[in-house]
Amino acid sequence: MRPLTQEETNTFFEKLSKYIGENIKLLIDRQDGSYCFRLHKERVYYMSEEQLKIGSSAAGETLLSIGSCFGKFTKSGKFHLHVTALDYLAPYAKHKVWLKPSAEQQFLYGHHIMKSGLGRLTEDTEQYQGVIVYNMNDLPLGFGVAAKSTQACRNCDPMTLVVFHQADTGQYIRDEDTLT
Amino acid sequence: MAESMVEGKQSLVDTVLSKAQDQQLKTTNVENEELIELDEGNLLAVNENKTDTKDFKKKKETILLSLTRDATQALFNSLWKLPVEQKDGAYLITLPESKTWMPREKPVPKKKAPTKWEEYAKTKGILNKKKSRMVWDEPSQQYKPRWGYQRANDDTKDWVIEVPDNADPYEDQFEKRKTAKKERVAKNELQRLRNVARSQKKKVPGIGLAPTEKPSKDHLSKALAVAHKSTASIGKFTDRLPKEKPSKFTGKKRKFEPSIGNLGSEKEKQLKVLDSVSKKIPTINVTKAANRMLRQDEEKRAQDKQSRKTPKKVKGRKASLGLGKPGRQGGGNKKTRGKRKR
Repeated sequence: MRPLTQEETNTFFEKLSKYIGENIKLLIDRQDGSYCFRLHKERVYYMSEEQLKIGSSAAGETLLSIGSCFGKFTKSGKFHLHVTALDYLAPYAKHKVWLKPSAEQQFLYGHHIMKSGLGRLTEDTEQYQGVIVYNMNDLPLGFGVAAKSTQACRNCDPMTLVVFHQADTGQYIRDEDTLT
Repeated sequence: MAESMVEGKQSLVDTVLSKAQDQQLKTTNVENEELIELDEGNLLAVNENKTDTKDFKKKKETILLSLTRDATQALFNSLWKLPVEQKDGAYLITLPESKTWMPREKPVPKKKAPTKWEEYAKTKGILNKKKSRMVWDEPSQQYKPRWGYQRANDDTKDWVIEVPDNADPYEDQFEKRKTAKKERVAKNELQRLRNVARSQKKKVPGIGLAPTEKPSKDHLSKALAVAHKSTASIGKFTDRLPKEKPSKFTGKKRKFEPSIGNLGSEKEKQLKVLDSVSKKIPTINVTKAANRMLRQDEEKRAQDKQSRKTPKKVKGRKASLGLGKPGRQGGGNKKTRGKRKR
């Protein structure tokens, strides 16, 4: 377990800022305790200082997971966000998408969102902007990437994809083995 | 009567033979067979019959042909005498061993020099006794390999080690065994490489880089770094060129910050990184700004158009009603005709 290097922090923050912008500051600087990011086996974990101290007694092969896993670094140095980060991204989301009840199931099974399933969408979302997906009762379902900007969404036909699926809470059941 | 019949038969044979001769079937007889050496194994026939030089000069081709024919015929005669088998309608003969000695294609291989171990074994009288791969392992009650992965009697895998009386009580016995194993492995590797170098007659440096004919860019930069450091004060006072950067090849393993370090400083560093990341995100939404500008331009143009608009010239009945007066705005509908304010 080790802290992230400069380059790794850079890549990680760039990815996070796509979803929550400069609200990452609220994750780093917290009033209710000092939290930190640590890297273990190519995965980034977010934990409090107490958890860190306890967790550092088990390290290497024996440590499976600590705190909340935000995602992992791939072999080529790119960062992939996992659904386990949703709890921390949802409150600070910049661009949101609300789904109709009919389209919820489709998204939770891992499919992309079509315009027909779109309930609401934040104004001035650019194309390929990171978005958090909510259901009509404001429950976070997952996150994705906007396939079309808000303007373009207005003019396109109902069968086009508007949001590309990246992670959803259904993965907690589907990908149980691989999530940490 | 019988005699005459025999004579008749004989004459029949003669007629057949003479017919054969008349039909010019070539004979299989070979004269001077003794001087034709045959080597059936190599399908070789050597005709050592001498020819008269004068005759040879006159009828070169015919003599050569007859000599060759004799030799070939003799060879085939001898081949047919060998045991014949039939296979798929074809006649097969197994050729005997060749009698001609052939010279070597390649030179005789040099004898390998005995290795260091072989010499040692010879002097000590150590024989190569075959040992079985699997050995009975008492603790796990099963057969395990003698060496290698999951071997029997692996002392690095003991979960309890008695501390010997004369040992330091604070010494880590487990770690001690692990380091001993690593040292043995490293020694073995070194020995192996030395053996290889010795057998291939190549020079291997103790530390640093092996000399090559065509060094790659990577090799050169490493060599430069090593040369920079190879001074009495280990490169502390070696000058660098004006634009030369310190080398990446420190020879050390990659070093990371400690896991439980100063959290405050860590936060500061992260905030700095965050600043640099936020700088990359454009603060102005370009498309929105552009759209706004365009809309403003359009509105302005629309207003200008309205102010320049001249009042419509009214003719006919409307004019009589007094609707064509300057300053009056045009427009309206049937209901307002005549009712609009003047």
